[in-house]
Amino acid sequence: MNYKSLFFILFIVFFFSCKQEPQHLTRIEGKQISISDSLESDLEIEAFVKPYREHVNKELDSVLAYSVDTYSKSDGELNTAIGNLFADVIFEQANPVFKQRTGKDIDMVLVNHGGIRSIISKGNVTTRTAYEIMPFENSIVVVGLKGSSINQLITYLLEAKRAHPISKLKVVVDEDFNLVETSISNKPIEASKTYYVATNDYLYNGGDSMTFFQPNDSLFILNYKIRNAFLDYFAKVDTINPVIDDRFIKLKK
Amino acid sequence: MKRRYFIQQTTAAAALTTIGGITLPSFKASEKATKITILHTNDVHSHIDPFGPEDGRNPNKGGVARRASLVQSIRNENPNTLLLDAGDIFQGTPYFNYYGGEIEFKLMSKLKYDAATIGNHDFDNGIDGLYAQLPHAEFAFLSANYDFSNTIMDTHVKPYKVFKRDGIKIGVFGLGIMLDGLVLKDLYKETVYLNPTEIAQDMSRILKEEEHCDLVICLSHLGYNYTNYPERPSDLKLAASTKNIDLIIGGHTHTFLPKPTITKNIEGKNVLVNQVGCYGINLGRIDFFFDIDKNKTVNGTSIIV
Repeated sequence: MNYKSLFFILFIVFFFSCKQEPQHLTRIEGKQISISDSLESDLEIEAFVKPYREHVNKELDSVLAYSVDTYSKSDGELNTAIGNLFADVIFEQANPVFKQRTGKDIDMVLVNHGGIRSIISKGNVTTRTAYEIMPFENSIVVVGLKGSSINQLITYLLEAKRAHPISKLKVVVDEDFNLVETSISNKPIEASKTYYVATNDYLYNGGDSMTFFQPNDSLFILNYKIRNAFLDYFAKVDTINPVIDDRFIKLKK
Repeated sequence: MKRRYFIQQTTAAAALTTIGGITLPSFKASEKATKITILHTNDVHSHIDPFGPEDGRNPNKGGVARRASLVQSIRNENPNTLLLDAGDIFQGTPYFNYYGGEIEFKLMSKLKYDAATIGNHDFDNGIDGLYAQLPHAEFAFLSANYDFSNTIMDTHVKPYKVFKRDGIKIGVFGLGIMLDGLVLKDLYKETVYLNPTEIAQDMSRILKEEEHCDLVICLSHLGYNYTNYPERPSDLKLAASTKNIDLIIGGHTHTFLPKPTITKNIEGKNVLVNQVGCYGINLGRIDFFFDIDKNKTVNGTSIIV
């Protein structure tokens, strides 16, 4: 037998023996399993998480201020106490930063009602409170908008009929939501003047259908997170006691 | 009962290949029925601890330690298991704010995740923040439609990965959502978003025809379906415009499905689309049964959901 035929036989043997029968997909079963308290916890995972959890909880439970009441974004029609606090804190904390950088003042603040993610409960205000009301990483931006764009912003508020938090802007409407009065820092809005509007980066980019921030005259990114503004504010004050006022109201007949 | 009958029958059909007195045990694997189990999560959003008993929506649900024991029990039952995540691992509890995603990645490594795709919130600490946590991740990051070439993530994300389990080749590729308008440019930097439909057509061809995969799985963070924006890419649109994909594991829209969706691909063949809500309160499980007996596929693959 020569080598050629030996290789041929070996080839045949290996060819047939190695020829894998292809497997075919015959059946698929799909379901969802609920992760509930009926499942046991893996002890190793528990032990791993424990020190992190203890550290985070200790930090989060540190008391920063005291809230005299419970504030919810559903208490109030066109402006709410917690929403007014939201907008006013952004003004108070961001204006010094903006002024230092530009020499100018913020003229008004607008954020969105949906961005208030939790109530503030009566009692101790902790670091956790700031995380609850603002879990997202959004930052404060200041946008230079002409008075004409401010009018679009007001039209948006009239159509939304929601208590979107505002500061320094005043809007009064009649029963049918026709404008009765608008002002910024108690002055009429001038169409050609540039106003510096503080908001967050999410809304600036068209979030909640706020399309009026672009185009604009200028944009200032303060690199100041909304949550950090709250943490700094809570650390600064002893008590919080926001109220519903007349910044956005509907007149009764 | 049906399942037991199925297993008994296939075991009986399996025989040892012996030619010329030479036994080749290494080929045994292909002769029996094989079950591949795919486990998946999406949009866990840093939810490490279970929700408390007072939670308004999901009391006593979720928790990584419970998920770990469930995954382990399934692996004990079937070692041919893959564990996958469809993105948005980051952001949602102070664990992320304090530790930047380190605990999330370490825990996923402990649970032996095989692969994850990248969600929009995984850019929340910037692309540098994501990169900084990579040393803690012992699993693959897959994204075929994010081009990271001009970013720090270059070479750390693969378009796809082929896993081999008991002779079965499973190709998994990742898809991410359009970043512009959703994530600040400052955060995603020079990451380039490519059309997910075109990329998926390309990926499924490569995995099926070049890599000869038995199963093709898409890990998607596109979102399940957008009824108000029919032009927006979604898992259901992707399923309808591609071929050779067996399973799309979705995320982003936090969709709770009563059961996995069976839909048709561009060739009229069945595709499974699944998503399990969010916050780690559910685990998705899809079992694929393979058999050498071709008679069993005469009436097509049966899907039980």
